[in-house]
Amino acid sequence: MKTILSGNEAIARGAYEAGCLVACGYPGTPSTEILENTLKYNEINSSWAPNEKVALEVVIGASFGGGRALCTMKHVGVNVAADPLFTLSYTGVRGGLVIVAADDPEMHSSQNEQDSRNYAKFAKVPMLEPSDSMECKEFTRLAFELSEQYDAPVMLRSSTRISHGKSVVELGERVTDLPLPKLEKNPAKLVMLPGNARVRHPLVEQKLLDLSKAAATMPLNRMEIRDSSIGIITAGICYQYVREVLPDASTLKLGMVHPLPHDLIREFAAKVDKLYVIEELDPFIEDQVKAMGLKAIGKEIIPLCGELTPGRLRSAFCLPQPASTPVDNMPGRPPNMCPGCPHRGVFFALNQLKAYVTGDIGCYTLGFMPPLSAMDTCVCMGASIGMATGVTKVVSAEEKKKVVAVIGDSTFLHTGMNGLMDMVYNNSPATVIILDNSITAMTGRQDNPASGHTLMNEPTNAVNIPLLCKALGAKNIRVINPLDLEETKRVIGEEMERPEPSVIITNKPCVLIKRDDVFQKGPVYAVDAGKCTGCRACLKIGCPAIEWRPAGDGSKKGKAGIDPLLCTGCDVCRQLCKFDAIGSVK
Amino acid sequence: MSRQVTNVLLVGVGGQGILLASEILSEAAMLAGFDVKKSEIHGMSQRGGSVVSHVRYGTEVFSPIVPEGEGDILFGFELMETARSLLLLKPGGTVVANDLQISPPSVLMGQDTYPAGLAERIKSQFADFLLVDGQKLAADAGNVKAANTVLLGAISKRLSISEAYWLKALEKMVPVKALEINKRAFLLGREC
Repeated sequence: MKTILSGNEAIARGAYEAGCLVACGYPGTPSTEILENTLKYNEINSSWAPNEKVALEVVIGASFGGGRALCTMKHVGVNVAADPLFTLSYTGVRGGLVIVAADDPEMHSSQNEQDSRNYAKFAKVPMLEPSDSMECKEFTRLAFELSEQYDAPVMLRSSTRISHGKSVVELGERVTDLPLPKLEKNPAKLVMLPGNARVRHPLVEQKLLDLSKAAATMPLNRMEIRDSSIGIITAGICYQYVREVLPDASTLKLGMVHPLPHDLIREFAAKVDKLYVIEELDPFIEDQVKAMGLKAIGKEIIPLCGELTPGRLRSAFCLPQPASTPVDNMPGRPPNMCPGCPHRGVFFALNQLKAYVTGDIGCYTLGFMPPLSAMDTCVCMGASIGMATGVTKVVSAEEKKKVVAVIGDSTFLHTGMNGLMDMVYNNSPATVIILDNSITAMTGRQDNPASGHTLMNEPTNAVNIPLLCKALGAKNIRVINPLDLEETKRVIGEEMERPEPSVIITNKPCVLIKRDDVFQKGPVYAVDAGKCTGCRACLKIGCPAIEWRPAGDGSKKGKAGIDPLLCTGCDVCRQLCKFDAIGSVK
Repeated sequence: MSRQVTNVLLVGVGGQGILLASEILSEAAMLAGFDVKKSEIHGMSQRGGSVVSHVRYGTEVFSPIVPEGEGDILFGFELMETARSLLLLKPGGTVVANDLQISPPSVLMGQDTYPAGLAERIKSQFADFLLVDGQKLAADAGNVKAANTVLLGAISKRLSISEAYWLKALEKMVPVKALEINKRAFLLGREC
């Protein structure tokens, strides 16, 4: 049967067809929807882990128990999972083990554009790279088979255009002849003490050599000889752009990007006059091709930064660009916190208190945007608290009071709680605000260990965040209603003054949570035009439901208005109006 | 190039139903026997930012994104986003736009003004321009939320996919309880 699937849906389908029993990961764009789709297959136990390291460890356990298992994460998640990954290549697997790393060239939704292929080489793990949804499905299946055949974890590298692109897929059946998982002890292989690991390492190197040889005849590496004056080695989405822009060129399309099929590369190079390597981000294939002593052109013309596009590829080859229509400058449309978002009041208060805010990864990173403009750092998941501690180690006593870390519930549980442990242990006077909106919001409302539900939507045990902070040793813990501006500003101000570690936890849920008992829209608000003086105070919170309506006489005068379809009745704007012009509509 | 590929761009603001419309279009193209690819960016765009969805169909499609200046049809759910994406369209391309303005944050805050006369400006650049009152027609069909389906109807006549495949795609992609209204909305749009 033919159907249209996204790359992520196709990877989930491939795992299903491969007989996968366990799928685990942490949400991260563009990888999130893989687990939201393995969820649709009852045969797969799908779950969110608190972070990528735990996710990989769960999947390693499933594999050691004898089942096929899939682990998913975005590119920066591999940094978190790197510790188990690097030793997993030594132990190898029992059930097939596949790790999806979804890269984000162009940083559509990420803080960097690291190239995961380097991890495959660094951790000595084979890596496949699909170029459309059909290959996502087929390569996932194949990755499980190779994993068992070569006793190695196999990485599958995707990218935003692959994961979130859709194309036609022919569905297959699930394999049914796999052995049933059961415990089996094999300490020489699975206990990586020095004595055992020394035995395992040469085996890893040999596996990669064997795989490189075998890869020359694997159908996933494909030579397509057309015009032999130009030969292009490429992989993944770049293959599609090459076919689009240089349809006559010969191509060596690599489905396995680590290890490289050296024999096949030499054979291809001998067939063409001029050899190019076209790849996004790092010269990963190119450096190895050049190290083989072959002459090739790559990053001399292909950009190192950002994603490749047909237009950028055309520029690289000095081909004419199609004529296009120039566009006038218009106001931009950046993303914004939703109407009624419980984070808004906190950032409004932090702005007013002139805090130095170490930020973190989530919707609240939008607190950086005007008019709230209250975030000063953002590096990686969980970094806010450690950075706040570090800042207070160097600045003056007066400036220490200004330092506030903000972090969401999911990010706190991901890698933030270690930072709090350190802050309390080493007695930093900074303030931590945990923006607990009961969900992993930015990636599309995924459950987490504090939300009370599993990925499979079953009610479950939940972390009690205030008690957790207490257990970590924090003495000053206060829970606030972030929709109460006076309380929010007062409590944050008091805790900033306190010369000890303190934790403030907000208690209002994300407005996008669909579960009936969590978020409920209040009565809609409206502006009384008779009372509105046009002072613009309510515009300072940047709520998308509040609009400035100019008087239309060419003057700067006007009045505020509220869009009743967008308003959630959060009440924050009412608290800003000194003229009692905003109220709920009865 | 002999490969005939039709390049469609669907643009607007997060939350307008653009992704569903592009899924229906992709499905209809596949049912009509074409190869189809589609690409868009999720993530930050979900928080009220601009959304651009690329759909390409034909005998064989390689790139999932429409190369700049090669769009055949631009399908705009909102006027400013339509104007912003004109550079993706080929000269002489077709524009079907919803007659709707959604203010971006800087306009809401009174720091910028929404550009005036956009529809007239687009018309002066692209002769094949159709402005549709998606909201009104959707209300006529029974639900203002079906504006995206009205617009889909309006572009459907300009694409080489027959009505039967469109209706089949709607049946597959739209929840049963909303299907009748969406079919009416689609057919009203098709008359534009």
